[in-house]
Amino acid sequence: MPEITQEIRDKYETVIGLEVHAQLKTKSKIFCNSATEFGQEHNSQVCPVCLGYPGVLPVLNKKVLEYAILTGLALNCEIARHSKFDRKQYFYPDLPKNYQISQYDMPVCKNGHIYINGKKIRINRAHLEEDAGKLVHAGATGLAGSTYSLVDYNRTGVPLLEIVSEPEISSPEEARIYMEELRNIVRYLGVCDGNLEEGSLRCDANVSIRPLGQIELGTKAEIKNMNSFKALQRAIEYEVERQIELVEHGERVVQETRLWKEDEGITISMRSKEEAHDYRYFPEPDLVPMEISAEWVHRIRETMPELPAEKRQRYISELGLSEYDADILVNSMEMAFFFDSVIELKTNVKTAVNWLMGDITAYLKENKTTIDKTELTPESLAEMLNLIDKGIISNAIAKKIVIQVLENGGNVEEMVEKQGLSVISDESSIKDTIKKILESNPEQVERYKSGKPQLFGFFVGQVMKETGGRANPETVNRLLKEELAPC
Amino acid sequence: MITKKDVEHVAKLARLALTEEEKEKYTSQFSDILDYFNQLREVNTENVEPMAQPVPMQNVMREDKVELPFIRDEILMNAPLEENGYFKVPKISEEG
Repeated sequence: MPEITQEIRDKYETVIGLEVHAQLKTKSKIFCNSATEFGQEHNSQVCPVCLGYPGVLPVLNKKVLEYAILTGLALNCEIARHSKFDRKQYFYPDLPKNYQISQYDMPVCKNGHIYINGKKIRINRAHLEEDAGKLVHAGATGLAGSTYSLVDYNRTGVPLLEIVSEPEISSPEEARIYMEELRNIVRYLGVCDGNLEEGSLRCDANVSIRPLGQIELGTKAEIKNMNSFKALQRAIEYEVERQIELVEHGERVVQETRLWKEDEGITISMRSKEEAHDYRYFPEPDLVPMEISAEWVHRIRETMPELPAEKRQRYISELGLSEYDADILVNSMEMAFFFDSVIELKTNVKTAVNWLMGDITAYLKENKTTIDKTELTPESLAEMLNLIDKGIISNAIAKKIVIQVLENGGNVEEMVEKQGLSVISDESSIKDTIKKILESNPEQVERYKSGKPQLFGFFVGQVMKETGGRANPETVNRLLKEELAPC
Repeated sequence: MITKKDVEHVAKLARLALTEEEKEKYTSQFSDILDYFNQLREVNTENVEPMAQPVPMQNVMREDKVELPFIRDEILMNAPLEENGYFKVPKISEEG
């Protein structure tokens, strides 16, 4: 097919709604006391209740409802006074009961919103449901071509909160940012791991296009299987392009579910939605209704931690961070918590940010880890920053110390003392070193004196090298100028 | 009004194969049931809170505690087919 030009693209508007499934981080499942731990031996965390054996009764996990309420409050939702569960009927082997316990017309949370770069994205609802099992397709890599399937029901009954946005997201990038912010929120609340790769946070995107100015929505396709933020953005970009091409060629978009194929960078049709979706919801007779008192909601609201948006705002307006720095810190929760602890120890904010975003981030990236998993503590970083501020150690030395502490921990002050790392401010000793350097580099001295001032840096470098980075840079500069001054 | 077509649709959704006689029979039974609901609809429900459950209870919940898991072999004893600790199911048709 011919390339779609920007001119053609500009004739259309993209409309995206996201359905995000967050696995709630409870120890036991939503309706039974089987464990929820990820990555365990298949079918080792199941029981008659989550397998839907005859005669069993589900009982709601209280923590699940509390987490749903807390998340609803963080998403600015109305919390229902009365809520209930319903059965959603469909046949698929990952669902042992042939129905999923979900919520239909009385979700725990509704009518919320969050802000993305100042734009309000409304949230239609957030409701509770149980997760399904995992299928392994034998005899093929995927469903197509397999001769039979194997089922692992460990994930069946893991609590899910499904957060449904209004179709108000207008670009693939905005969808990614919305998803990143939801991830931040559930992680800061401590209700979900937010791990897209392992699937503890999953996202389906409803994507449609319409000619600019048209009010009614175009036919949407639902795309699934995006396992990273990058994949989410790419999948929607591809899907928008595909739909524009269809419409430009006089064809119509079919309402269907499409699977994102990461390796090929395309979406493919999974199943047509035209008739199959008749879920025949009805109230779940085995679970009694939930009555959520204002007093209970109030108690839960009091446990609300500082949310990502509030933290970002505080970093910018109270601590004077740039928007860029604030964003990076907040998007990495472990780093933000660490930063908060360092700041509490009365360190210089700007220096702390520089170290965290510079050498420490580089180390974490290289070692594919997070700051909470290293040996560096807020106390040891604060101590190091204070030693720099007081001029006791140089930046060059600190760069070496921070790596040592990240790897092995330890008391920074002791380390400086034992390894003799403090700055040499003793002028006579520095002067001796300078003289030695100048004597062994007569050629450079000659050239400097005959009008090559850029060679000054060379001499500084040599002195620092000779002293192992310990010479006080200001002293070095001053003494060097004196020594090199024309007689 | 319930037609034979409605019964066929619902039977398909529920994965039921019905004979012609059964379809006739269920068409009239379905209609009777729905008529009964129409009769219920005549009751004045003004100022009555909707209820989703006839049991006069609410907020029955458990604490978030894990109990010892069931032994996998015992759990799989009831599976019609099993392979390497998995439940084995026939080929899944794309029709969903």
